[in-house]
Amino acid sequence: MIMRRISSWPKWETRSPFEDVDLMRREINRLFGGLADSTFRGPSAGVFPLLNITEDNNNYYARAELPGTKTDELDISITGNSLSIAGERKIPSENESANYHRREREAGKFSRITTLPGQVDTAKSEARCVDGILTIVLPKAESAKPKQITVKTS
Amino acid sequence: MSDTQSKALKVKEKKELTTASEQIQPGPAFTPAVDIFETDHDITVLADMPGVKAKNLNIDLRDDVLTLAGDVKSPEGPDEVEMLTEYQTGKYFRQFTLSEVIDQSNIDANLKDGVLRLNLPKIAPATPRKIKVKVA
Repeated sequence: MIMRRISSWPKWETRSPFEDVDLMRREINRLFGGLADSTFRGPSAGVFPLLNITEDNNNYYARAELPGTKTDELDISITGNSLSIAGERKIPSENESANYHRREREAGKFSRITTLPGQVDTAKSEARCVDGILTIVLPKAESAKPKQITVKTS
Repeated sequence: MSDTQSKALKVKEKKELTTASEQIQPGPAFTPAVDIFETDHDITVLADMPGVKAKNLNIDLRDDVLTLAGDVKSPEGPDEVEMLTEYQTGKYFRQFTLSEVIDQSNIDANLKDGVLRLNLPKIAPATPRKIKVKVA
């Protein structure tokens, strides 16, 4: 009687410890695999800050999200067709008696250099920070501007 | 604090919103990074929401649920063509359940350079009052 009851119990001993690990791995894959499908995977240099570069006929535009960073904390320079952005994001320290529930925002230094797709007019380039987004407007050099070619019909 | 400020910033991809309910409007939605801290008198929420203008930010507190929702207009001009896209822009949405009782009439919100600072004062706890019994 007792023996039968014991034998009907779940067999913990026979279950391999790797089974749990395997199950966990599958669960993680499911979670992150699901995420990877939905999240955006753009080409990233892996250097802060992330940049979006666009162009129109006259200018290149480089944009980066830098919330809470002031323009005077940024050091932007252009040499030839390479653009460098360096600076420091500071998060002012709060009251000593504050107890943190969450701390996700990060402060620190950054510097990045990127190559622009064409020659720019460095003298007329300008940068501004609005609502935490840095926009650098880089007027194209004459050689980089598109030329309209009219076809003459005789 | 000083040592954390001097470290190099690493790329942190924006966290896409994951909720059970779907968004009404299509398009990407992100959860903003927040700092939340508490003192004896108030709770402060700091949220990074680059690109959000004050008029497009909705802050709502009802039944102890604080909702932050920010709409972002794409900063690109109509004629601009994308050449390199390393980050996406979209809405920001995040909800918190607050345990403390908040004085809803004195909430203060401030949006500067893409950082929201929300001050939620606590209702002063009821101070025990001694009642003197007069002898007639």
